Amino acid sequence: MSLQLIDIVKSFKDDVVLDGVSLEVASGETLVLFGPSGAGKTVLLRLIAGVIEPDEGSILINGENMDGVEPEDRGIGMAFQNFALFPHMDARANIASPLTARRESQTGMKRRVEEVAKLLKIDHVLHHKPKELSNGQKQRTALGRALAGEPKILLLDDPLRNVDAKLRFEMRLELPRLLKDQQATVIYVTQDYKEAMALGHRIAVMSGQGIAQIGTPEDIYLAPQNTAIARLFGDPVINLLDVVPERGAEGVQVRLSGTPVPLHQGHAASIGHDCVLGVRPEAIRFVDADAPGSFPVTIEAETPLNEKTVTLAITEKKREILISRPSGTPGPDRGQAHVAIDAGAALLFDRATGNRIAPASAAAKGEPA
Amino acid sequence: MEHTSTLEKILRGTAITLVILFFMFPIFWIFLMSFQTNETILRVPPSIVFEPTLSNYTALITGKLDTAAGTLEISFMKNLWNSLFLSTASVAVGLVLGVPAAYAFARLKFRGSEDIAFTLLSFRFAPPLLVLLPLTIYFQQIGLADTYIGLIWVYQLIVLPLILWIVRGYFEDIPADVEYAYRIAGHSWGATFRKIALPLAGPGIAAAGLLAFIFAWNNFIFALVLASADKQPVTVGALAFVTASGIQYGQVAAGIVLSILPTFALALYAQRYLVEGLSLGAVKG
Repeated sequence: MSLQLIDIVKSFKDDVVLDGVSLEVASGETLVLFGPSGAGKTVLLRLIAGVIEPDEGSILINGENMDGVEPEDRGIGMAFQNFALFPHMDARANIASPLTARRESQTGMKRRVEEVAKLLKIDHVLHHKPKELSNGQKQRTALGRALAGEPKILLLDDPLRNVDAKLRFEMRLELPRLLKDQQATVIYVTQDYKEAMALGHRIAVMSGQGIAQIGTPEDIYLAPQNTAIARLFGDPVINLLDVVPERGAEGVQVRLSGTPVPLHQGHAASIGHDCVLGVRPEAIRFVDADAPGSFPVTIEAETPLNEKTVTLAITEKKREILISRPSGTPGPDRGQAHVAIDAGAALLFDRATGNRIAPASAAAKGEPA
Repeated sequence: MEHTSTLEKILRGTAITLVILFFMFPIFWIFLMSFQTNETILRVPPSIVFEPTLSNYTALITGKLDTAAGTLEISFMKNLWNSLFLSTASVAVGLVLGVPAAYAFARLKFRGSEDIAFTLLSFRFAPPLLVLLPLTIYFQQIGLADTYIGLIWVYQLIVLPLILWIVRGYFEDIPADVEYAYRIAGHSWGATFRKIALPLAGPGIAAAGLLAFIFAWNNFIFALVLASADKQPVTVGALAFVTASGIQYGQVAAGIVLSILPTFALALYAQRYLVEGLSLGAVKG
């Protein structure tokens, strides 16, 4: 079922949480709501679920206005961040609660509960009360309760927030398949960009009182709307360097450590303006000193992570940059080195507004990059 | 706690003994008095060695009180029944009215809700006599004076605020998300109240009911003013033992023993719920 939000406004007392949020989710799509705490993600889910009412705007499920429709009549499944299990019922009764509401037969109910429990690997703890369950089991029970009724719209409020790292990793792998099997329209809230990128067909980045950017994970990672969003996605965080593009011998370029570094040629309009260059740490390579476009840096520190090694270096103008390379590949760990930037992956932002400046279209691009 | 020294054990034992003595001695003494005649009770110095007698209890149960001035009719058993009936009925009415109201105050924020809740609580601040005088006149005019219904109504002044405020706290402690989750699962508002809110606040409701029962049982002034002899509870009925020929200490003691038995039994039975309810652990998932 499709879901449509039109100009939603919601405030609590004088605090405006959502100001004119519009959103469309196609049937069967998984949309991730991503943003820092307080951005209104949970409020948006609650509005869709119908436990709170919007001040203005409307919510449409399959084209039907949900204004005044009670939560129990919306056909939604929801998993809460804090699980919100019924403490006086065992896991089986918790999972069965959407089925009892429909007065399903005992055998049908039993079958469905066991099916869901098996899927989530909690079939051995169905007789336990919530307080006897581990956090991971509680989380799966909450998820099972949301899935049991086979809702056409599934709202998942940061379900992996309160579980340990190992389970979070496992569930991040399992969830996409699970959600696909459900064939439900899913809205998934998270503060973890990896989760967002792994699960979402599209990601809506929330900040301020609304949606700052909405797009596929690739869109948001490769073409963030502004520096704030660029900083939210990626670990280690994107390098943001103040630059002023200039015209060089090979077209548009910026100077780093005094050395000219070429930019996308579509950025001719930005020449002479105060800009910010955004370069992902993995788009910077260690190169030989005579490589074209390379500039010298001094290595400050090296942090080996499991799958990658992150190096902190400073340019001649004492600007810090982070360089990421796959672990095991060669690279200097101290002293002087030279690095080069992948010109195609460099992003340019307006320094005053923080907004990304898209390069002029390929048609206008005369010279090679 | 596992490595307590002998000294600590002795000190703790002494402290516990002192507390028990302090609280239990009056009850123990009353219990002894109830098996004695006025002569042995009043002798100086008092002694715990005496010839036990059941005469006090037989006098109470048969309703015949033999005094120096002759035989008096007393209606202690009737009073005991009145106490039981008035307290039970008041708590029942209080729960039926108070629990849904408490839920409303806890969950729905409507205009003036805090003011109404506070007004209800403020009934407990005023001295009972303040409301009693006008109430007596009203009750006489509308025919509620000296009726069980009238008394149960007035008892709500004691019972209702107590239930309302205790139970409201328990409802507020239930995370709203737990109720939302049940509604999203497809259950109506009413079903959520019955299947989620009520069971989770159960220990609190039991605790509030028990406290309200004890407060109602111990009430003296309302029944004294508003009811005549045949509707009066034990608290007022005990006045009958203050006779023209002196105070019948033995019967008073026996009367007290009989009248604390129901609350005592109830408290023992409900202790589990009380501890569970007051420790609040039950609600947290």
